[in-house]
Amino acid sequence: MHSTAAVSEPPPRQIGARARRIEDPRLLRGRGRFVADVELPGLLHGAFVRSPHAHALVRTIDVDDALRTPGVVAVLTARDLARTLTTLRMPLGFPTSALPPDITPFVLAPEEVCFVGEAVALVIATSRYTAEDGAAAVFVDYEPLPAVADCRDALEPTSPKVRREAADNVLTKFNLSYGDCADAFRHAAHVFREELHQHRGGAHPIEGRGIVANFDAQADALSVWSSTQMSHELQFTIAEMLGLSEQSVHVVAPDVGGGFGAKYLVYPEEVAIAAASRLLGRPVKWIEDRAEHFVSAIQERDQYWDVEIAADAQGRILGVRGRMIHDQGAYTPQGINCAYNAATAVTGPYVVPNYELDVFVAQTNKVFTIPVRGAGYPEGTFTMERLLDRVAHELQLDRALVRERNLVPASAMPYVKPLRNRAGHPITLDSGDYLACQQKVLEVIDYAGFAARQRRAREEGRHIGLGFAHAVKGTGRGPFESANVKIGPSGRITVSTGAMAMGQGLATALAQIAAEALGTDIDAIDVVSGDTAAISMGIGGFASRQTVTAGSSVLLAAREVNEKARKVAAQMLEVSVDDLVVRDGRVEVRGVPQMSVPLTRIARLLRGIAGYDLPKGVGAGLEATVFWEPEAMAYANAFHACEVEVDPATGGVTLLRYVAMQDSGTLVNPSIVEGQVHGGIVHGIGNALFEYMRYDDDAQPISTTFADYLLPTSTEIPHLEVLFMESPSATNPLGVKGVGEVGTIPVTSAVASAVDDALRDYGVRIAAVPIDPVRLVELIDRGDRRRSPAQTAR
Amino acid sequence: MTTSSESNALSLTLDVNGKACEATVEPRTTLADCLRNELHLTGTHLGCEHGVCGACTVLVDGRTARSCLMLAAQAEGCRVTTIEGLSGEGELEPLQQAFWDRHGLQCGFCTPGVLMTLTELLRDEPNANEDAIRLALSGHLCRCTGYQNIVAAALSAVECIRRRP
Amino acid sequence: MKPAPFVLHRPRTLADALELLDSRENARVLAGGQSLMPMLNMRLASPDHLIDLNRIDELGFIREEGDEVVVGAMTRQRDVEYSDVVASRLPLMREAILQVGHRQTRNRGTIGGSLCHLDPSAEMPTVMMAFDAVLLLQSRRGARTVEMGSFAEGMMTTALQPDEMLTQIRMRPWDPAHGASFVEFARRHGDFAVASAAAMIELDPSLRVSRASLTLGGVAATPLRLRDAERALIGRRGDEGFTKVAQYADECDALDDPAFPSWYRRRLAVTLLARAIDRAYRRAAARAVKA
Repeated sequence: MHSTAAVSEPPPRQIGARARRIEDPRLLRGRGRFVADVELPGLLHGAFVRSPHAHALVRTIDVDDALRTPGVVAVLTARDLARTLTTLRMPLGFPTSALPPDITPFVLAPEEVCFVGEAVALVIATSRYTAEDGAAAVFVDYEPLPAVADCRDALEPTSPKVRREAADNVLTKFNLSYGDCADAFRHAAHVFREELHQHRGGAHPIEGRGIVANFDAQADALSVWSSTQMSHELQFTIAEMLGLSEQSVHVVAPDVGGGFGAKYLVYPEEVAIAAASRLLGRPVKWIEDRAEHFVSAIQERDQYWDVEIAADAQGRILGVRGRMIHDQGAYTPQGINCAYNAATAVTGPYVVPNYELDVFVAQTNKVFTIPVRGAGYPEGTFTMERLLDRVAHELQLDRALVRERNLVPASAMPYVKPLRNRAGHPITLDSGDYLACQQKVLEVIDYAGFAARQRRAREEGRHIGLGFAHAVKGTGRGPFESANVKIGPSGRITVSTGAMAMGQGLATALAQIAAEALGTDIDAIDVVSGDTAAISMGIGGFASRQTVTAGSSVLLAAREVNEKARKVAAQMLEVSVDDLVVRDGRVEVRGVPQMSVPLTRIARLLRGIAGYDLPKGVGAGLEATVFWEPEAMAYANAFHACEVEVDPATGGVTLLRYVAMQDSGTLVNPSIVEGQVHGGIVHGIGNALFEYMRYDDDAQPISTTFADYLLPTSTEIPHLEVLFMESPSATNPLGVKGVGEVGTIPVTSAVASAVDDALRDYGVRIAAVPIDPVRLVELIDRGDRRRSPAQTAR
Repeated sequence: MTTSSESNALSLTLDVNGKACEATVEPRTTLADCLRNELHLTGTHLGCEHGVCGACTVLVDGRTARSCLMLAAQAEGCRVTTIEGLSGEGELEPLQQAFWDRHGLQCGFCTPGVLMTLTELLRDEPNANEDAIRLALSGHLCRCTGYQNIVAAALSAVECIRRRP
Repeated sequence: MKPAPFVLHRPRTLADALELLDSRENARVLAGGQSLMPMLNMRLASPDHLIDLNRIDELGFIREEGDEVVVGAMTRQRDVEYSDVVASRLPLMREAILQVGHRQTRNRGTIGGSLCHLDPSAEMPTVMMAFDAVLLLQSRRGARTVEMGSFAEGMMTTALQPDEMLTQIRMRPWDPAHGASFVEFARRHGDFAVASAAAMIELDPSLRVSRASLTLGGVAATPLRLRDAERALIGRRGDEGFTKVAQYADECDALDDPAFPSWYRRRLAVTLLARAIDRAYRRAAARAVKA
């Protein structure tokens, strides 16, 4: 059937459209399929026995009572798992010779536990209820050892050792520097020093971790469903540790209820459950509960900074130098990316001529740290933004002006920094107009009129303040991401990718990109992600990378499919390839839509007919696979400003207004990007005001419920105003930059600046986040004693 | 009359989404686990199991309740409504539609509980404003959306319901 | 996070419940479940017998009896929130209940459950202390009444004997012209308060304080009635000396924990008490002026 329309409208643009998400109808009806929803015949359930000590020797494990508990099928310890694993120790996530050996966690701890929550045994039972009964009946005889709670103490020569096997508690130290700081500081008009701290928090997706493993002894193959941000890495790791071929391990990430870094790791628990399934020949499920998430899922952000800034009389930065201690936790499952990112993120959007930072990665008897949304960037940014506020304060300059004087100007783009990223490439800010972002936001929030507003509020006895901060983040980290685009004889278009959907709207975004290249609507497209059977390789979801990397692969693959379809149609219609367009499921002659071939027919032809030739010069299958490799990272940026009110009597901080500018280059779906920015900001607000993972001096975690560890709730968040600037990136064919983490990065800095501003009368300067009311009242008291009448009047 | 379950198994008949459902559970089984594991209504999610996150919120006799803080046995004689009962197989309810139109969800894990709370709120207060919506939502944790588009979707549903004949 | 096994009892009458409570070892009663269920899920509580009170209809009511308002122990917090009797006769309770948890927890949570759990930061015990509420405790042996001040013995510890149940609470409403205020500081809306202050004030025709009730919650192990401060408030007018009266809050023996040290709680107590007195006074004065 041919279309009867004589002249055809160009297809509507898909990239840039506020398309409704293809993920949603299922989820809105309660028909999502999360890992906890996976049900199999004969399914068993696991519960881990976890250490109540921050540091102890495991003398004996008595499992007799547990084995007698109704419902319990097995109790496995390290010794049992060793029988089925090639190694009891997890592989290092980012292998490097720069780190010492024997630093990764064990699947189950064989003889020493090094943080509260470390698993020593696994109870398998007929339900989670009975598995917990069994876990409660396992008796572990521990010999407690001294524990290290604070990463600064860990560096003291007299400190107890975090793990007996380590030479000391310093995992590694490194120095990042360029220019000549000593000279710059010697000749600077001003030098100011700050001691800063960011506290630990958790990722806390509302869905915790979880895995189902089903070993098929006949096939010697393992099926795995996991709530993970990296299904291929999980496939490879399980294969390696269980001594199976990759082909024998099939991993599916079903719907993932948020990640935020918590699932960006192959965990000991995942390997333990896979091993248990093989040992027992039964499917085994483990769904992490919140109590476990608090003690055994990764955390981030515990860093102490002791830094100095050198500035000239106009507030121009001459140099930044200092030292930072990063709390790594008890083991190193992945690498030192948080510490490295933080160290390289300090200079951010600014021109910093001289820089020198000594970094100490210290181990403590706490759960290990890897990136939580922001991945070191919030810490580095906090350092720089606090220093710039200090310069403004001391030199009595406007905070906005100090930034204006130091920003990398738009005219300097692309701007190559004298620093290298983890992969060894120079950090190159590829595009953006940071000053324009700042100016626009300050206009929207009426910065110019704020002094008057603040004065009026003060007359009513109210303390309001305005603060702001910049952020820049490298996004689209390589080495590649995979995409296969395929049109089947049914006409359905399938996009398969190694990128991971964990709630961001990845499927919709990739569908929009494919739809654009194939002249169709997103309804024609199915997206498969997180399934290792759908595509052979993939890297996964982290570092705000997927729209850049998977998006580019999808675009290039879809273009290739488009080209293939046109080549075939050109042979059938006997016209030139260049005269053909693909749209609405057909290849048609431009301007002559009645001359067309349906894609279904082309797909049928390229599927091959036994014994007959394929159309010439295109190969089999109306499909293409691309592993696009970024040559450089795309640097997204943001500028946030907020208004707060502080109650000096209680230390309570209320957010009154929040305006955020995001530049993520070309927007594939502005609604999705806005949503990501909202979530990022609120995560940052949690870090700024609420989320405090408290440990006592013996490294016992204290804030281990959602009643004690406070996530921001709807009543604490003002309406968020999100603005966009679109500076396309030349680093990728879409012109996009990443989004996910960027919204989180400047928040603690902006809120701290606003609180300083609100409490200027008291001389309060925020040096640590989260800003908790007790600490704030202490600072106010101290300021009260210090302040002079002149300061009060100002 | 006292019902005691000295035995290990309780046979329950529950009214869930308008249907009588049979389940045999241990007395300690929470309503959430009964819905999920026995009745296979997996749209009700567990996020914290200590009554803070709100992901497991269902309606019990028309009122929201944390199903992790109720025993399955306590739901006997009550009408229980879960996310699966909101629109069934039919067209999306205005609230669900508004969530789709206004990008009111991301990972979708907290969404079922949020929808149950807003169903109750919009029934009790059909003209709920942003403050009332934020107040009702304060019993839910969402890590993805920053709540903003949840609030926007709820306001849009209020508008839609108001305009309905 | 799943409860340990227990035997579940679901009595239909109070008498049956009391019989069970008397005859079973290591038994606990389950009211609204908003505190006990998390403890069961976390296995912080492992009773052998759980007695569910939710089928006993006779324990849920709010009624006026003479010059008292009587609330059944199983009355849901939500029913207090929407009660006309509470709104008109117990404005302090009405203001406080809106700060208890969230809509979803108020639908299930009960007044009696909150009093028996006796979390130092909970709102309802503070309200009961402010009213000098009288609690009816029943057991198979009989019934007795205790004042809230004696019921709250210590940190999460009540005067209940193992075989006893709280069944009803009696409060004597104040003069309709009184002013009431419940002020709390919590990190997030709906959280347990770090500290709270309840004030009720009656005025004489010259707008001087003639009767006062001042109570702090969350500061000490149990709600703290500030009788000295109340006496000091009598006869005062406008904001004269209110701040000084609030200083009485600084003398209490405040709780101390890593998140909120005692000096901070005392500081908070003074601030919140001053605010509560101020608000209650203004409300009373506004009524007096209107009258």
